Amino acid sequence: MISVGHYLAVSAVLFTLGVLGIFINRKNIIVILMAIELILLAVNINLVAFSAALGDLVGQVFSMFVLTVAAGEAAIGLAILVIYFRGRGTIAVDDANRMKG
Amino acid sequence: MTADLALIWPELILTIGGLVTLMLGTFLGDRQVGLYQLAALLTLGAAAVAVVALFGTHATVFSNTLSVDAFGGFAKLIIYGASAVSILVAPRFFTTGMRAEYPVLILFAALGMGIMASARDLMTLYVGLELNSLAAYVLASFMRTDERSSEAGLKYFVLGALASGMLLYGISLLYGFAGSTDFATIATRVGGELNIGLIFGIVFVLAGLGFKVSAVPFHMWTPDVYEGAPTPVTAFFASAPKVAAMALMTRVVVDAMGPAVGAWQQIVIFLALASIILGAVGAIGQKNIKRLLAYSSINNVGFMLIGLAAGTQLGVQAVLTYLLVYVVTTLGAFLVVLQLRDADGNQIESIPALAGLSERRPGLAAAMAVFMYSLAGIPPLFGFWPKYLAFQAAVNANLVPLAVAGIVASVIGAYYYIMIIKTMYFDDKSEVEISGGGNIVEGTIMTVSALWLSIVGYLFIPMLGAASAAAAAVLF
Repeated sequence: MISVGHYLAVSAVLFTLGVLGIFINRKNIIVILMAIELILLAVNINLVAFSAALGDLVGQVFSMFVLTVAAGEAAIGLAILVIYFRGRGTIAVDDANRMKG
Repeated sequence: MTADLALIWPELILTIGGLVTLMLGTFLGDRQVGLYQLAALLTLGAAAVAVVALFGTHATVFSNTLSVDAFGGFAKLIIYGASAVSILVAPRFFTTGMRAEYPVLILFAALGMGIMASARDLMTLYVGLELNSLAAYVLASFMRTDERSSEAGLKYFVLGALASGMLLYGISLLYGFAGSTDFATIATRVGGELNIGLIFGIVFVLAGLGFKVSAVPFHMWTPDVYEGAPTPVTAFFASAPKVAAMALMTRVVVDAMGPAVGAWQQIVIFLALASIILGAVGAIGQKNIKRLLAYSSINNVGFMLIGLAAGTQLGVQAVLTYLLVYVVTTLGAFLVVLQLRDADGNQIESIPALAGLSERRPGLAAAMAVFMYSLAGIPPLFGFWPKYLAFQAAVNANLVPLAVAGIVASVIGAYYYIMIIKTMYFDDKSEVEISGGGNIVEGTIMTVSALWLSIVGYLFIPMLGAASAAAAAVLF
């Protein structure tokens, strides 16, 4: 029988992978966008699992909000990435160093 | 439902005003910037009037997701004021022509911040915060052809999205283990025995909010974003979103986590101490004035968190007073930065170039001196008063060591504020010629805020005290 604990474990793993994907990745900003999606996905699994376990619909409604916002966030992220690439000609993480101090 | 609509007039006005301005911009093109500016300012003014009209109301609307009360009203008035100032100063900065999106984005950001300040449910909290953040990411990269601006937008986006992810993970845990997204229900659950899930939830939510107020150790985006973003946008970031995020954090801590003092208080104390110390130390040696002001904002957030750490009504009152004074001071300082242009009209951001400003532009240098002394909290300037209130709240709540550490760190912080004044008044004139000629609106705002921050502000203490007490009383 799959309990809430199992869902929580999967989502914790996904969340950790997402956070590590942002910090460890040194190559490509697109990968960071994917890592962010992974984090939001982990949250959605949590919300839906809790919603089912509690017998409360709020969690599922919340996950709809998260999905919607995630779409907007991805669109804005890609748009910023495009203007960044136009100016710089690269999307490597290590090259984002115009400002230091 | 219809009765609820009458209580959210400020939000309705901002939504409609923002959409109308957007439509105007789409149909009339970028030529009519003055019109969009006017439309946005009128919208903000109307929303502020609606907030004042609702100031005495205390009600929850839309199935307890939003709270219409004096606390939100107080925060919203500061937010709308700061947004209006950042719209006013923009056209002169964007010399190539301000695009129509600028006032529209500020209006939508202000709408999101208003929702943040009134949220009493995790769902409205998240939606309001994202509405503000998404507009802010675009604003940071507003100068599309400028490399620093697009890099600032990118960094803000990545770290901001990470912060919302952490906040959201905390929210999902709080929802699961407390069984509800409603602040009041969460408060009753965390009042009982805390299990590991609730503790993780509290920690993640506070970490996510710490990002938004740029408290150490979640501050690393602040200097880069403040430096890279166009100066009017930086002025906006340093003022309005700080108010919204701080108000939201106060409401979450007091309303939703209030009974679990042991769990949140040590986190807030740590954030406060780390922000004050790192904000003061990090600013030393900075050569860029916008970067320096970023560290200064980190430092000031630390002092606000001292008031919040007390967790009492007096503490919340100190936070609110601090927010108002801080916003006036920061906006004033950024307005001074906006005036600094060389003979070719290029913006000057380096601190050594300020040398000899007192001879070239004595009025400007005097105003900057007032803002810097006020940020440092040196009496008799008004910046001293909210710091005093925060320390008093901490002492009353038996947090004496925290207050002492804060006072010591504020002495370190005074060093770099005074360095700027020394550069302006005592260093040899720099090579860079700072051109004269200001704009009457900006000059008036600077003069009024500098005067208010000098002794005049103390005349407002009874009024400010009454308003902030009424606002803080809502939460207790």
